[in-house]
Amino acid sequence: MTALAVHPVPGAEDGPPDDADEARAVGRKRSTPYLLLLPAGVWLIIFFAVPLVFLLSQSLQTGSLTTGYALTWNFAIYPEAIAQYSEQLIRSLVYAASATVLALLIAYPLAYTIAFRAGRWRNLLLVLVIAPFLTSFLIRTLAWQNILATDGPVTGALQALGVTDLLRGIGLIDGNKLLGTPLAVVTGLTYNFLPFMTLPLYASLERIDPRLHEAAGDLYSTPWTGFRKVTLPLSMPGVVAGTLLTFIPAAGDYINSQLLGSPSTTMIGQVVSGQFLRVLDYPTAAALSVVLMLTILALVTVYVRRSGTEELL
Amino acid sequence: MTATVPRATTVPAAKAPAARPPRRGPLRWLREHLVPIAAALAFCYMLLPNVVVVLFSFNNPTGRYNYTWQEFSLDAWKDPCGPAGLCDSLGLSLRVGVVATLLATALGTLAAFAMARHRYRGRSTTNVLVFLPMATPEVVMGSSLLTLFVNLRVPLGATTILIAHIMFCISFVIVTVKARVAGLDPRLEQAAMDLYANERQTFTKVTLPLVAPGILAAALLSFALSFDDYIITNFTASASSVTFPMYVWGTASRGTPVQINVVGTVMFLLALSAVGIGQLVSMRNRKRATR
Amino acid sequence: MATSALQGAPMPTTDDRTTSDGDLRLVGITKRFGRFTAVDDLDLTVPQGSFFALLGPSGCGKTTTLRMVAGLEQPTQGQVLLGDRDVTGTKPYQRPVNTVFQSYALFPHLDVFENVAFGLRRRRKKEVKADVDAVLELVQLEHLAKSKPGLLSGGQQQRVALARAIVNRPSVLLLDEPLGALDLKLRRQMQVELKRIQTEVGLTFVHVTHDQEEAMTMADTIAVMNGGRIEQMGSPTELYERPCTTFAANFLGQSNLIQATVTGTAGDDLLIDVHGQRVTLPRQRSTVTDGRLWLGVRPEKLRVAGPDDAGNRLTGIVTDASFIGVATYYLVRMPWGQELTVVQQNDGTPPLPPGEPLTVTWLPDHGFGLDATQDEHAGAEAIDPDAPAPAGAAR
Ligand SMILES: Nc1ncnc2c1ncn2[C@@H]1O[C@H](COP(=O)(O)OP(=O)(O)OP(=O)(O)O)[C@@H](O)[C@H]1O
Ligand SMILES: [Mg+2]
Repeated sequence: MTALAVHPVPGAEDGPPDDADEARAVGRKRSTPYLLLLPAGVWLIIFFAVPLVFLLSQSLQTGSLTTGYALTWNFAIYPEAIAQYSEQLIRSLVYAASATVLALLIAYPLAYTIAFRAGRWRNLLLVLVIAPFLTSFLIRTLAWQNILATDGPVTGALQALGVTDLLRGIGLIDGNKLLGTPLAVVTGLTYNFLPFMTLPLYASLERIDPRLHEAAGDLYSTPWTGFRKVTLPLSMPGVVAGTLLTFIPAAGDYINSQLLGSPSTTMIGQVVSGQFLRVLDYPTAAALSVVLMLTILALVTVYVRRSGTEELL
Repeated sequence: MTATVPRATTVPAAKAPAARPPRRGPLRWLREHLVPIAAALAFCYMLLPNVVVVLFSFNNPTGRYNYTWQEFSLDAWKDPCGPAGLCDSLGLSLRVGVVATLLATALGTLAAFAMARHRYRGRSTTNVLVFLPMATPEVVMGSSLLTLFVNLRVPLGATTILIAHIMFCISFVIVTVKARVAGLDPRLEQAAMDLYANERQTFTKVTLPLVAPGILAAALLSFALSFDDYIITNFTASASSVTFPMYVWGTASRGTPVQINVVGTVMFLLALSAVGIGQLVSMRNRKRATR
Repeated sequence: MATSALQGAPMPTTDDRTTSDGDLRLVGITKRFGRFTAVDDLDLTVPQGSFFALLGPSGCGKTTTLRMVAGLEQPTQGQVLLGDRDVTGTKPYQRPVNTVFQSYALFPHLDVFENVAFGLRRRRKKEVKADVDAVLELVQLEHLAKSKPGLLSGGQQQRVALARAIVNRPSVLLLDEPLGALDLKLRRQMQVELKRIQTEVGLTFVHVTHDQEEAMTMADTIAVMNGGRIEQMGSPTELYERPCTTFAANFLGQSNLIQATVTGTAGDDLLIDVHGQRVTLPRQRSTVTDGRLWLGVRPEKLRVAGPDDAGNRLTGIVTDASFIGVATYYLVRMPWGQELTVVQQNDGTPPLPPGEPLTVTWLPDHGFGLDATQDEHAGAEAIDPDAPAPAGAAR
């Protein structure tokens, strides 16, 4: 019945040539995709792929910015840099992972409510999810400084509720300070990447037919089992996309650790940018950058394999 | 989007096993509304910083730090360009944002059509090339661009910022537009051709209008990404090319002027009204169409 | 040879008429997708102004044929002619042919008026409004001219699709299962409307459908397609009363096919031996005139024989009798083991119970003879008009 849908259109902007005669009939067709791809492709190659090669090469060079660098295949830089900054690297991954999990826990009910419970408020709520994030990232992160300031209302309220003591007890903060603690950094990271989690989740939840819940209920599942057996599996593509979109930028981020953290919460991004822009130790910085990229790629590959959603890529 | 039938009644625990007697009282209410309550809390979390930004734009801080509430004042609103360099940086960000948006949208849209519509050799390579920038942390992209520019002795400045912004926007444009093109029913174009539209007319009268919302969304996304980027920009900028995020960052350590909150508030209101108007228009259209 | 089944069948097919300006002709058209032949050396003439139905099991190449007429697909071989003009190789927009797509393919970004006006505007017509209004009135949708198609009901969308095509006054209008998505009631209603519009505007309609009843009630000419070829073509009565292949006999309605042998002739009749019993069949009602053949009789043409009924007779045992009010369906086992289906009108005689002997009779003019080398079950799987035929039916 849908046979029409699979027939490509003969025409310049349209479907791929279906067989050889058709391609021959319109001679310029074969080169069309390449012409269309050329500008963007060249741009991405020159300003994304080639720089990565330069980065790799830079990491294996020795010298200094003033005397100039020479490629000496100095692979020793990698173990050195990793040994020196393993703490920051691991911290970055741990913070990013915590922020990702927290964001998932916060975003899921949010996306679920918008998708299934919001009724005619759905669009308004979507606006409220998107709009705040069109305001400058930095300004909003600075606002967290206000919120978490030692004599601010949040700190006061948490203290009054005894949460501060609890947090100190489990070692997330020290003293009465919230700002400058790992907790503040993770809070900021979670907050900043929340829409990247919410929107893919919403997109995948919205596609689920609400009657499936009813069907599950009809087949004797409790709401919780129904959720576990029907909704959650169907929303997995959204979960995977959301966690990737949160974890990757969070692992490389240094704005939150810089503005909300302290020297003891330094993340790898801070080290890389510091080495590049202040210390001017290009090889170490480049090596760390390469290590960060490879670590993330490896983690993402494993994660995507494990979750069985390769087609997302 | 039109399916706005309230579904509040579909999920509750009405079908809880009969063995367990339904609990009454506040606890039960809480249990049934756990998810919306969690969502409400999440909204508070998401909106809190914006409230703070708006609130503190009316503050009159005593020291250099706009951290604690002192007293209500309109000073900053009356003189938004007061702090040296603020409006220059805003101007640069706007210019870079607009140009980067236009170019990235144009290049990305062309590529998206190729990827969604054509079979060609090297498809998987292009897919990887498009996907990787989105899976690469910004520090890595920024630092690699810096190595490129330093090694090739390209002077840093507005141009290098623009180059970088176009680069990281392209992938997002391609993904957004590609989804829209791929979702297009090929029969619509066939129908157009059947109705005497030649290839060009089919493209301008049917394909383009149907893909346009995707292109617009991609452009808005590009602008937002470009306008807001700090990390990559910081690697590719010079001391004389300060974008707005760089300006904010610079002031963060020595005390942010209240005017920054004014800018943040205006951005928030603009974003809110832009998205809100969009919603209203589409709702109005729908209503008029149903009459 | 797509038309081989027609050879020796002295019936007026559309090929015999002289071609006029607007006839649609497909000459030796073949379409291959890779190694798969979807349409196989097909010849077809659709006279101007006729309502032509293409009927056939799923995957037999109906859509592909239409798409080649519309120009959305290029034939691998053969020609498409509109009158004397060879349009093979021209673009869809260069052909005076319009299509009503199965799922309508209405432009979601344009309102109903603009959807209908689309073709006129592309052809730079000056006075669009009058034409569009007139055609909207014809399909009774004037009041929805400003709505977007997404909000219309299935039937309304279908009428917009129809209006959008006929407003262009194409030489040929192609309809690819335009009613497939509608429920039965709306479908019947739309069938009447389609037929009315066709007679009113006098265009050539080529209508693809799965629904035999639809094809029979609406079409002047029906072509039964199978495996990329046309099995048989003719008016609904010709096709039903005188099928030329076992596929056509089984696909359109139901047939009893009995193995038989021609033993001689008597005047214009063939003398036929059916497992030892003698029956006759007019010579021009058979595609074979000697040797073995399939003798076909429609179930409703078989009657329970009275004592003094003339005509062909065969006797068997009732194995099943289902009384459905208006008629009784019998299964009658013949001495050679075959079960014949008999539909006996309810004329007041009580149904015979199973086990009783029953003699069936039919007029020689109601039988038909088919080539014995054909599969007696061809097309039988697709007997239910409303059930989509399985792809395997097109053996
Ligand atoms: N673009 C294509 N590439 C490969 N095979 C195709 C293509 N289009 C059609 N076919 C094949 O050609 C055959 C005929 O297809 P067609 O769509 O014409 O069937 P149909 O008679 O319209 O069937 P239905 O009644 O199910 O719509 C089918 O087997 C189909 O799989
Ligand atoms: Mg078809």
